[in-house]
Amino acid sequence: MTDPDPESALDARPGLQKRTVYEMGTAPVSAEVGAAVFDVEHVDVRYGGNLAVRDISLRIPKGEITALIGPSGCGKSTLLRCLNRMNDLIDGASVEGSIFYHGENIYAPEVDPAEVRRRIGMVFQKPNPFAISIYDNVAFGPRLHGLKKGLDDRVEKALRQAALWDEVKDKLNDSGLALSGGQQQRLCIARAVALEPDVILMDEPASALDPISTLAIEDLMRQLRGHFSIVIVTHNMQQAARVSDRTAFFTVDMQKGIRVGELVEYDRTETIFTNAGDERTEAYITGRFG
Amino acid sequence: MSATLSPEREHLSLRTIDPYTRRRKQRSRFVRGLLLAAMVVAVIPLFLILIEVVRRGWPAMGWEFLTQVQPSGRTPGGGYVHGIIGTFYMVGFATLISVPVGILAAIYLVEYGRGPLTGIIRFFTDVMTGVPSVFVGLFIYALLVRQIGFGAFVGGLGLSVMMLPIIVRSSEEMLRLVPEDQRAASAGLGARKWQTIMKVVLPTAAPGLTTGAMLAVARAAGETAVLLLTALGSLQVVNQFQGQPIASITLLVYRGARQPFAEGQQRAWAGALFLMVMVLLLTLSARYISSRSRR
Repeated sequence: MTDPDPESALDARPGLQKRTVYEMGTAPVSAEVGAAVFDVEHVDVRYGGNLAVRDISLRIPKGEITALIGPSGCGKSTLLRCLNRMNDLIDGASVEGSIFYHGENIYAPEVDPAEVRRRIGMVFQKPNPFAISIYDNVAFGPRLHGLKKGLDDRVEKALRQAALWDEVKDKLNDSGLALSGGQQQRLCIARAVALEPDVILMDEPASALDPISTLAIEDLMRQLRGHFSIVIVTHNMQQAARVSDRTAFFTVDMQKGIRVGELVEYDRTETIFTNAGDERTEAYITGRFG
Repeated sequence: MSATLSPEREHLSLRTIDPYTRRRKQRSRFVRGLLLAAMVVAVIPLFLILIEVVRRGWPAMGWEFLTQVQPSGRTPGGGYVHGIIGTFYMVGFATLISVPVGILAAIYLVEYGRGPLTGIIRFFTDVMTGVPSVFVGLFIYALLVRQIGFGAFVGGLGLSVMMLPIIVRSSEEMLRLVPEDQRAASAGLGARKWQTIMKVVLPTAAPGLTTGAMLAVARAAGETAVLLLTALGSLQVVNQFQGQPIASITLLVYRGARQPFAEGQQRAWAGALFLMVMVLLLTLSARYISSRSRR
């Protein structure tokens, strides 16, 4: 993969805001990344004026699985929710800095958050299918956006991609809530995939599931890798090691009694797990804290 | 903590009851008895009403009662069809106004409400729930009846003022019960707020909204004071929407009960029975709907 000069690539797009682009290695945290799907630059998030995460910068590669790990309160979920502007739905949340999605700042004033969320799928911590049929769950997104042509095929394809088709093909009219927890989460993945996003954000997608279902979700993620860029938040380090290509380690910085999330290190997963550059990362990964 | 489990510690029989435990048990029994007594006291009047209304109303109840108007003077027989029709018109009209307005207002409060305006609206909704109905009647009387006269329209309007706060408050509760993760799931798929409301929030809350509306309808059907000053009452079937006084079951019961002869009083009992059965049916179906949705 070749990386075109990001600056000139950006200049070619009209209507984009000026931004600072860091050379590799000069950004506070960096990793060699080819084609990026997200460029997060100096992002601060506040909830009701209180700083929750500080100065996050990272490039998230296309077609790979990126894991965000770290102890509770380190801001990994907060950052994830910035990537599709879900934080806009929380009262008092504010985001500073820029997040470029294929070079376009999703926080630019003329960007419609609903459009961002349509392109960037999300899977939540707790499986949250709608109390409607399996079919209608998957068709929900396409119907919202008027994609009614070939809906049956679209639903089937999404369910196949989510490795759920064989289990539900004979009961598409049953309620989505009648499925087991792991199946519900795969249904939620199918629901997101049905809109053909190029990124899927997963917020601890297996933390409410049993180990078998967790493995099924991880297998699924490996299958989806390549078709989609996946960003996963997890506090299960083994999970990050098993599925991800890159890992970003966050921590909580205590300053004047205020807890602020910070990005410590971001690199290839095997590097993070075998040869971490920062002792805090190593301490966390080897279980000395967190 | 394992230190306390020293080998020399004796095992106490589970059946040993020390005085302290005995007192706790007695107190528990006493409180339980008190609560039971309170429940019985609360239910006695309800049962007495139920029995009395059925006992006195049943003889005059029948096909004639439901299809005939009240005869004049001390004549026995006849019925309250004019009241049934009047109540149907006015409650129907009030429902048409207050259900959509009430649910929309509740959606605003739950989904869009921010800042002081929401607090003010909620406060006044609470106040309105407690406003005596005779005030509502007086208000409609002063505002409209003196200009356009008595009738089903002003009566229904008065009833809708009574129903509105009940519907707003119950709908608000129901909309709040819709889990936040359902809204997040919808937003995560790129739904706009109104799409989330129409496709996720309202369908999920629908049984609860229906229940609230039905209870408000039951309340309006039994309303009297508002109608005294707006519908006024009538002795015939009225099909005019406005400008002519119209009967309601409650008004007929009120007047019938004051008639100095047994025939009129008996019709009033039958009217009360009819109304009670209607309200009971509405309440039961409301409960049925909400219990079905919980499965």
